[in-house]
Amino acid sequence: MADVNRGNRPLSPHLQIYRLPLTAMLSITHRITGVGLALGLLLVIWWLFAASTGPLAFAVADGVLTSLLGRLVLIGSLWALCYHFCNGIRHLFWDAGMGFDLAVAQRANLLVLVGSVVLALIVLLLA
Amino acid sequence: MRNQSIRTPLGRVIGLGSAKDGTEHWWAQRLTALGLVFLTPLFVVPFAGALGTGYEAVRSLYAHPFHALVAMLFIGVACAHLKQGLQVVIEDYVSNPSCRTIGLIANGFYCWLLAAAGIFSVLKIAFGG
Repeated sequence: MADVNRGNRPLSPHLQIYRLPLTAMLSITHRITGVGLALGLLLVIWWLFAASTGPLAFAVADGVLTSLLGRLVLIGSLWALCYHFCNGIRHLFWDAGMGFDLAVAQRANLLVLVGSVVLALIVLLLA
Repeated sequence: MRNQSIRTPLGRVIGLGSAKDGTEHWWAQRLTALGLVFLTPLFVVPFAGALGTGYEAVRSLYAHPFHALVAMLFIGVACAHLKQGLQVVIEDYVSNPSCRTIGLIANGFYCWLLAAAGIFSVLKIAFGG
């Protein structure tokens, strides 16, 4: 473990040396989007809480969310949600034991990436 | 021959593995994920449409029983899923015992607070408070 006292001995480099395969990058992105969505969810619940509080509080929350920066953050959160959603479904297939062949996994990589963008665009169009 | 196991009877009865935790967490996270496959689109599309439509329109949307129910379920299940996920992240990256414990407790508090605030807000709107 990296926190054990190592004296002056160096840690073997890995991320600086090896290029991660696409599957690995999608995997860490799944984690990063998951953590990022903690903030997105907070924004949504803040907005709902403001709507239940009164018109003044709601005006502030809605104003922040629909401002330029707010919209950018929400669009980013929307993509993160769609990505986490698509990759999450892929995880559920894996949990059922399906899709571990390399060819299938590689095809699914692209499906997840493309699907996340397409889903985000669809939601933006429907909104 | 009977199925052999090196586990003690007590160990088998308690049902936990070597990580002293069993599989409840793993299974629970899959269940919340499955629920969110349905709940997320049902919540997010109307929410995206409601942004910027004004106080009255938003309140009348979430006063409708269908949208109120979807919102409450989505918030509850999403917060449960968030708590499970963040717990795994904290367990993976935080090794210092005190920081880990504090982190896991803070995670629980945060997710429960989020769920309570969200569900309360929807209830308040739906019952016309």
